[in-house]
Amino acid sequence: MQRIGVFICWCGSNIAATVDVKKVAETIKAEPGVVYSENYQYMCSENGQQLIKNAIKEHNLTAIVVGACSPRMHEATFRKAAEAAGLNPYMVEIANIREHCSWIHKDMDEATEKAVVLVRTAIAKVKLNAPLMSGESPVVKRALVIGGGIAGIQAALDIADAGFEVDIVEKNATIGGRMAQLDKTFPTLDCSACILTPKMVDCAQHEKIDILSYSEVEEVKGFVGNFNVKIRRKARYVDETKCTGCKICMEKCPSKKGLNDFNMGLNTRPAIYIPFAQAIPNVAVIDPEQCIKMKTGKCGICQKFCGVGAIDYTQKDEFIDRQYGAIVVATGFKPIALDNFNEYGYADNKDVITSLELERLMNAAGPSDGVLVRPSDGKHPKVITFIQCVGSRDTSGCGKPYCSKICCMYTAKHAMLIREKYPDTEVHVFYIDVRTPGKNYDEFYRRAAEQYGVDYIKGMVGKVYNVNGKLMVQGSNLIDNEQITIESDLVVLATAIEPEPSVRKIATLLTASIDTNNFLTESHAKLRPVESPTAGVYLAGVCQGPKDIPETVSQASACAAKVIGLLVKDKLKTNACVATPDEMMCNGCSQCANVCAYGAITYVEKEFRLGGGKTEVRRVVSVNPAVCQGCGACTVTCPSGAMDLKGFSSKQIMSEVEAICKM
Amino acid sequence: MQDVTTGNKEFKPNIVAFCCNWCSYAGADLAGSSRLTYPANVKIIRVPCSCRVNPMFVLKAFQQGADGVILCGCHPGDCHYVTGNYYTRRRMALLFSFLNYMGIEKERTRVEWVSAAEGAKFSAVMNDFVKTVTELGENKRLTDLRVKEGK
Amino acid sequence: MTKQERIDNLLRLSGTDVKKCMKCGKCSGRCPAFNEMDIKPHQFVSLLAQGKIEILLGSDAIWNCLSCMACVERCPRGVAPAAVVEAVRDTVVRAQGKNGLKAEDIPQIVDEFIPQQLLVSAYRKYNK
Repeated sequence: MQRIGVFICWCGSNIAATVDVKKVAETIKAEPGVVYSENYQYMCSENGQQLIKNAIKEHNLTAIVVGACSPRMHEATFRKAAEAAGLNPYMVEIANIREHCSWIHKDMDEATEKAVVLVRTAIAKVKLNAPLMSGESPVVKRALVIGGGIAGIQAALDIADAGFEVDIVEKNATIGGRMAQLDKTFPTLDCSACILTPKMVDCAQHEKIDILSYSEVEEVKGFVGNFNVKIRRKARYVDETKCTGCKICMEKCPSKKGLNDFNMGLNTRPAIYIPFAQAIPNVAVIDPEQCIKMKTGKCGICQKFCGVGAIDYTQKDEFIDRQYGAIVVATGFKPIALDNFNEYGYADNKDVITSLELERLMNAAGPSDGVLVRPSDGKHPKVITFIQCVGSRDTSGCGKPYCSKICCMYTAKHAMLIREKYPDTEVHVFYIDVRTPGKNYDEFYRRAAEQYGVDYIKGMVGKVYNVNGKLMVQGSNLIDNEQITIESDLVVLATAIEPEPSVRKIATLLTASIDTNNFLTESHAKLRPVESPTAGVYLAGVCQGPKDIPETVSQASACAAKVIGLLVKDKLKTNACVATPDEMMCNGCSQCANVCAYGAITYVEKEFRLGGGKTEVRRVVSVNPAVCQGCGACTVTCPSGAMDLKGFSSKQIMSEVEAICKM
Repeated sequence: MQDVTTGNKEFKPNIVAFCCNWCSYAGADLAGSSRLTYPANVKIIRVPCSCRVNPMFVLKAFQQGADGVILCGCHPGDCHYVTGNYYTRRRMALLFSFLNYMGIEKERTRVEWVSAAEGAKFSAVMNDFVKTVTELGENKRLTDLRVKEGK
Repeated sequence: MTKQERIDNLLRLSGTDVKKCMKCGKCSGRCPAFNEMDIKPHQFVSLLAQGKIEILLGSDAIWNCLSCMACVERCPRGVAPAAVVEAVRDTVVRAQGKNGLKAEDIPQIVDEFIPQQLLVSAYRKYNK
């Protein structure tokens, strides 16, 4: 028989205002098994915890029930207190008399009555509690960063600087991500490449960092501290160890009509290419869809000219398996497709471009060598109209319901740069709201309007149409209550951003939760903003929500701090509430193994004594407690009732049900 | 708490709610911290996942005098344990139609998806469920016909 | 009818949630009849949301709206300004007691410049 102590918390007036805590503590004294019952103003306080510890020792308590706030809040606190007093931490049960009682009921009698029932229910459960021990699992001291943009680069560098091995898996041929495509960065207008490429080089040279470019995560098994990851190294048809990045292949390749993705398709590239001059690794890759040799078998020019013999048309995808203790997801974003926005004429007019395309047009390494020209005729545009919120804040189903956050600032940046470089250009910006919170951000935007004479128009564009090569931008000017039409040479759409679509597959592989907009969900919006609810998985950059470069870098460094905090540990405590089979009842049917989402269940051949000196070998279930997450799916699936869950056993839940119903 | 036999008080059904630890229990906590009321006759049992709820628990509740049983879990696709709530959905569809056949109206049983952010939904669901069950009146009590040891 | 009832009636007739408007002005940016209207499409939504229905009921714009639905099509928030215009128009027409358009009258009032769409929408409107 357990010797149970009950501790009822007032939580100041949070509980005591609607629950007669003294009456609850008094009533509970009569419960069989309860040898001690007490109430106190703040059980979670130092004094409250001391009260519990003393009572455990003085009254030889074998189990305790704390009537207080949600177990999600202070279960860990009370378990620690119990442990300090020599009690197994799993001999503690919480009756949630705050969130589930005092805060939702107004009538004192009713709330007090319910509180008594809730405490009784917890007592009914704790009577059947058994001491549990957490297992331990070793921590693999290596981190995986998925995505090699600025978020992934920053996280990898910080983790590696702390002395841990890091692998960056990047699906493209080079790391650098979206930031590598940008021209200048707000609010300081420093050149994007000048601040990014040194970090890329640092990654390449860091002895603790291994860059797996042109690779994708294929399979993830395991759990925090012990992830087993299968990585596909896509065939690049160029031997990474031999290629020197001399680019002679790019010069000689006869198939030069491939769209240059890095330049947003604004110009072309050969079938064998290095995405951009500062690519890391500086190694070529062949596009097999475009390569004449790979399509027809005839050509092989690049192979002939390659001085180091790096070209290998027969290369196949390779798979490597690696172990990691922690995983950082930094998969980034892409601008949305504009198929639903015919009104802006993007598909029909070459001179209607997205902001990312403008970045490439303004970039000195871009398709026009940094000279701003119209894509249609190569002439310098005299009137440029920017349209903000294209596809953002759209609940009609055409676009995205959220604010993409970065567009107001980069549009101000574009407008300013254009007015600076080409003062003869007229620049108009249609906006719904200008949202520029952040250090030196609003000042930046105002500078565009006040010093650079950018014409900000409060209103939205209804349609863009082409009249003899001029783009007519028709929109409203709400301040003047007019409808205006601006004859423009170039129209720039501040296109909404969305998470890189491959994040869905990665979320599924990691069992990390994802919201309706494909952003990964953080564990707690305020207090755990870089952790995924899945232990050991961390989130950096736009994969978690729209954000600019400074925020991304902060988040990436925060991720790194969390990862380092995990990797310095040698062992992690595993979940104590795991599935536990009764081998004598198991009939070896495998149904539990089929429902287990974690692969924690295997079957073993085991010898059983039958009595009379006879033995029998039977196939029975075996649970790996380090892998089991304790969901209980197997317990209900088992047709013979052989499987149970520690801490939430069938008997415990049955007695809880009984305690609630028998009143 | 409720005393239907004397008829002195209005009928207050006894409701057992199973909530998964990750979504619905947190949703119930949010209902509490947002001070969104629902009747006191709803009592919540915390389970790690809605798929931990054995049909036996539901039967036990009805046998012991519950008037309604509700299971709450994460939204399909959002299960903390990946696929747990899919099992719940199938299991309970079967169990509830079976209970309906036995004379326990299907309105007395329910599966709802409540996320950790849906305190308002939790409260609304509980209010609605209590109202539905109150209108149905007292439940028939299942009898435990199993032969007990030593009896 | 009290003023609130009249507001509620307009809200009900329009069947659109004017509170969803984020005041971007895309409706007015697209409207082909904008210059003819004394009250602009975005103002219909805004004035109804504020309950200033006298201005709407006294506007001439309800006769200029073509019911082309471009504003409805383009609204990023799923609001239907044209439905508000229609609700106001209905209310005005009913108050006049002239609710009805006879098919045989149409040839006299039609001229070749009237868009087909307008004819269809007028028929829909005046024969409820």
